[in-house]
Formats: sequence, structure tokens, C-alpha cells
Amino acid sequence: MSDEANKGLLSPLRRKLLMGMAAVPAITMLPRASFAQAPATSAVNTTGLAVTDTEVTVGILHSATGTMAISETGSIEAEKLAIEQINAMGGVLGRKIKFIQEDGASDWPTFAEKAKKLLVNDKVAAIMGCWTSASRKAVLPVMEQYNGMLYYPTFYEGLEQSKNVIYTGQEATQQILAGLNWIAKEKGAKTFFFIGSDYIWPRTSNKIARKHVENVLKGKVVGEEYYALGSTQFNSVINKIKLTKPDVIFTDVVGGSNVAFYKQLKAAGIDLAKQPLLTISVTEDEIDGIGGENIAGAYACMKYFQSLDNPNNKAFVPAFKKAWGEKTVIGDVTQAAYLGPWLWKLTVEKAGSFDVDKIAAASPGVEFKGAPEGYVRIHENHHLWSKTRVGRAKLDGQFELIYETADLVEPDPFPKGYQ
Amino acid sequence: MFGDYSLGDLGSIFVMQGFAGLILFSVYVLMALGLAIIFGQMGVINMAHGEFMILGAYVTWMTSNLFQTYMPSLFGGYFFLAMILAFLASGALGMLVEWVLIRHLYKRPLDTLLATWGLSLMLQQAYRSVFGAREVGVELPQWMLGSLHVTDSIEVPINGVFVMCLTVLITVGVAYVMYKSRWGRQVRAVVQNRIMAGAVGINTEKVDRYTYGLGCGIAGIAGSAFTMIGSTGPTSGQLYIVDTFLVVVFGGAASLLGTIASAFSISQTQSTLEFFMSGSMAKVLTLLAVVGILMLRPQGLFALKVRK
Repeated sequence: MSDEANKGLLSPLRRKLLMGMAAVPAITMLPRASFAQAPATSAVNTTGLAVTDTEVTVGILHSATGTMAISETGSIEAEKLAIEQINAMGGVLGRKIKFIQEDGASDWPTFAEKAKKLLVNDKVAAIMGCWTSASRKAVLPVMEQYNGMLYYPTFYEGLEQSKNVIYTGQEATQQILAGLNWIAKEKGAKTFFFIGSDYIWPRTSNKIARKHVENVLKGKVVGEEYYALGSTQFNSVINKIKLTKPDVIFTDVVGGSNVAFYKQLKAAGIDLAKQPLLTISVTEDEIDGIGGENIAGAYACMKYFQSLDNPNNKAFVPAFKKAWGEKTVIGDVTQAAYLGPWLWKLTVEKAGSFDVDKIAAASPGVEFKGAPEGYVRIHENHHLWSKTRVGRAKLDGQFELIYETADLVEPDPFPKGYQ
Repeated sequence: MFGDYSLGDLGSIFVMQGFAGLILFSVYVLMALGLAIIFGQMGVINMAHGEFMILGAYVTWMTSNLFQTYMPSLFGGYFFLAMILAFLASGALGMLVEWVLIRHLYKRPLDTLLATWGLSLMLQQAYRSVFGAREVGVELPQWMLGSLHVTDSIEVPINGVFVMCLTVLITVGVAYVMYKSRWGRQVRAVVQNRIMAGAVGINTEKVDRYTYGLGCGIAGIAGSAFTMIGSTGPTSGQLYIVDTFLVVVFGGAASLLGTIASAFSISQTQSTLEFFMSGSMAKVLTLLAVVGILMLRPQGLFALKVRK
């Protein structure tokens, strides 16, 4: 799709978004820079990025088509909302943000190609994008070669760190360890059954979880099973779960398989109110497809739930719904995607420049007090300090917050003793 | 691995595992039946089979919403109406597709592969535009959830039993139509010799259209039934297409009995192996076995004996 066509399509949408601006009171808590005199373009852009006296261009690179569109739609929506809100407040260094949206089409080489196009042809100042680890791995060499800046929203397996990427989701240890600690303490859990989809994220996550269960919690993993992506039949593994009677089922099944897994679990008579289940892959977005009645009672461990009760989130949720429809739900990754444009704006203002090198250097220590999940801060390793939370799924598809860590959890993408 | 468990535990697990195999078998038969008609009888490689199934699933979703809004008191029975509507919707779309696309390609069966693959992409994007990119959750009536308690430790999923009954019903129906009815005889005549069938007065175009429509309609019913056990999204059809072709090709393309036998052997192998090893490893071994057997018997398990 050409950029021109995109812009045409988006104009009614922009109007809708602007209507949603009424509900941004939390944003007013942010430091409001005064842009009486915007700094000269020659001073803030020394590397030939697409920055003019009035505008700065960023890229949005997600799958709007193909199998990943299910997941990435929310991220696109969140990033557009953040950009519109920033523009409504006066933009970045006195410049309005303009975005060019490209479609990765759920195809990893396409992601790399589009990233290159955004950096080389469009000279975008930053890219908000990617969702799966596979797409990020495809884009990473492009970002490093052409010195771009990527804001990546998904919780992921870790084992990566780049000057050219800011990871706004949690890495595996951040997400998993606190959840396991909580369920071990709260439920006295000693035995765990792992089940995941068969690719890098569940395998790495389960490896970390296994080490933690065996070495720290002194528990036992009684089963570790993987099913191919897209599997729809789980009756055999459910029988194995019934046989081994684990204290906790720990799952990282993704995509369409998720729906099949929970429906069959329910049909097999496993009552999640009595059988603790901890998932790291089900957000409000997934429950839309699974159906609240099939997963009510399960625990999810991540950093954000739509139901969080804080002033930022109370402004964010209505603004999001106003822009994208009353029925839209907001999952963990959608919220993390919303952080991307904000963190970039704050970093640009801290650095006083759009130059990628200066942004990369200025990123550590950047704080965002208006985040819907609460306060976040960028770590030296370009991941975020954030709290980890455990929520319990309810019939209506929302999570009830059960537990949150007292302090921010340090991101540790290369965890010692877990590899 | 069984040392730690009591005999009673093991017994009930084996019973439930047997049911798991039977449910998988029914699922395979149900999803393969439509394709067995279209690919087996007509020789059209229908890559859009999964998308016809998902149309059925979306129809079910719409029906459930309709009942919830306007007739909540009848919600318990909506599923039966939904299946009929799914059959009609998918069947009608199938007949339209046959008229626009497939009928021009009967002499070029390999091209149907590309044409229907393109069709599947178009349908996926159409679902995405109409219903949104996110998955939808189909709410089931209360009586279809949960499981039957046979004994304290043996539980049989109700939706599994439902799928099994449905499969038996539809299989018998299809077998009757294809092998006992006058129309079935016409279908087989057209497949074996189109020109000759036309010469003896069979309206071959009409037979083709209805056969294709029937195959797609059954796919729609399957899609409707699978809302109980799987996901409903624009690309969910892709989850089924590989297994479906596997079952039909392994069974021997032109044989309904072959499809059933192949679904049975694949599902039993798969579900037994799944119990002893990881799911993805079980899949690998099942596929290896299928490849091995197909190397020895390229025509599949059952094949029509024809003079060549």
C-alpha cells in the first residue's frame, strides 16, 4: 500500500482520534515543555533524518494482514493513539509527529524489507514496531546497519540487547520469576506441569521457569510438553495433566492453539477455580477469542491489565475506547506499544536532538510517569524497569489484580544461572 | 513412567485416552469429508477448504449473537439452527465460486490449486475486513459445556461426544447420497467420464455445481462444530488445511471408506504417541509414518480399481 493511500484512509480515523483527546487528563501530569521557541532543525537533526521545522516522521511497522494481524492490531492502535496525544500536546521539540505505516504482512523478510525502506527512503526518526521475536530478529540487522531506533512492545524471551532497540515489554525473567514465586508461596505449589507452543519464546521461558522451580523454589517439574504452532487438539496432554495431578499448570501456548487448549481443558472437566493455572501468554486480547467462561479462574502473570486502578490507566482506557470502539480490549502488549512513542518523545527531549546516537545514549534513566501501568524507567540495557503483576481471569474477560511486586523489577536479559 | 500411579488411575486414563483418540478421529473425518467430495470425487484441489469452514464458524458466531440479543430464551438450541445456516452459507458461496472460478478449470486440475489458494487469501482478507482482525469468541449454550461424569475419575467431554454423533450422522448421510442415490451415481459418472456422461443426458454443469456446493456446505458444518473446540478468526482455517489434505490423500483420494480408515489410523497413532511423548514429536513421527506408507502405496490406503 502506498503511503499516500494510507494517509487518505487515515484522515477520518484521525478525526476520531482527536475526538478521543477529551480524555487525556493524566497526560497533564507530565512535564509540559514550553515550545515558545522550537530549536533549529540543523541543531536537532545532524544525520539527515526526516525532520523539518514543523514535522518529524516516524514509522509504524506491524502486520495489518496475515496471521499475526490478530495480535498486532492492538499495537498499531495504541501507537497511533499515543502519537495523536503527543501531537495534541504540542509534539516533540515543537514538531508534530507524522507517521508512515508499513505492513509487515506476518512475513519476516517483508518486515526487514519494510524496515529498510522506512530507514533508507523515508529517513524516519524512529520505528514503533515488530511483534513476534522472529520479526524482530529479521529487523535487527537492518536497524543496526542503518542506525535506526526501534521501540519493540512484546514481552519476549530475552537474550538480546541492542543499542538500536528499546524493549518496552518485559523480558522473560522479569515476567516469570515473580509470578512463580507468588504462586509457590500463595498456593504452596511444589509440582508444575509446563505446556507451550513449539518455538523459541515458550522454550526459553520454560527453561528459565524450570531452573527457577528446581533451584530456587525446590519444586519439581512433572511434565514439559510442546505442541506445534496451530495445534488444535490437546486431549492427550490434558489426560497427562490429569494423571500427574500437578499443583500448577504453567502455560505459554499462543495463537489459535490457545483457544483450543482452554476450551478443551474446560470440556475435560478441569475446573480452573480448583486447579491453579498460571499463564504468561494470555492477555485480554486472547480472552476475546477464548471466551471468559472457558478461562475464568486462571492466573496470568505480566505487567499490565486493563483493570488496573491508577489515574493514568483511568484516563488511558476511556481514551483508547473512544478512539477504537467501546468493545476494544487492551492487553499487556497494547499498553507496552503505547509506551513506545512516549518514551521516544521523552528521550528526544532529554537528548535535545533527534539523532539516533544521542537518543540511544540518552535513553537509560528516561522516566515515564504517565504510563498506564504506572511509573516506568529505561534501564542501561535498554529494557524497562517495571512491576510484575498477577491477575485472575474473570467471566467478563477482564483480569482482577491479585498481586503486584512491591518494587520495580530489574530487567535482566542475560540472566545468570538460568541459561 | 507408570510406576507411581495406582491401577485405578491408569485404567481411567486409558479409557479417557481412548476417547481422546475417538474424538480426534471424529474431528478428522468431519473436516476431511467435504474435501473428500471435492478433491476425491471432482479432482479439484481445494486450498480454500479451511476458509469455507471458517465461514461456517462465523455464521455460528453471528447466530449466537442474534439469539443472545433477540431470543435469549431459545439460546440453548441455537447451535442446531447455526449448523444449518452454516451449511447453507458455505454451500451457496461454494456454488458461486464454482460458477465463477472452478468450472473453467476442470481440464486443468493443477491450476485449481493456485486458483483456490488465491481464493483462500481473498476470503481471509474479507473476513478480516468484515469481522475484524481479532478472534471472536463463540459462546456455547450451557448444556454443551463441561463433561459427563462416567465414574469418579473418568470424564468425557460433552462437546467431544457431540462432534462424534455429528460425524456419524453426516458420514452416513454423505455415503447414502454418494453411493445410493440417483444423484450420487450421476456425480460418479461425471467424474469418470465427463463427455460420455453428458452424452447420456446428464446435466454435467449442474452436477458439478451441486457437488462442489455440497462439499463446501459440509465444510461449513464442520467449521460450525469446531467453534466448540477451536478458535474463530480470519486465519483459523489454515490450522486445519494440512491435516485435512493429509487425511484425504493418505486414504486414497476417490474413496470415502479410505478417508475414514485414514482418519482412524492417523488419529489413533497421533493420540497414542502424544501420550508417550511431546505433542510436536508425536506429529513428526505420525507424518514420517504417513510419508513412509505413501512411498509404498502412492495411491493411498484404498483406491478404486479402474482399468487404465
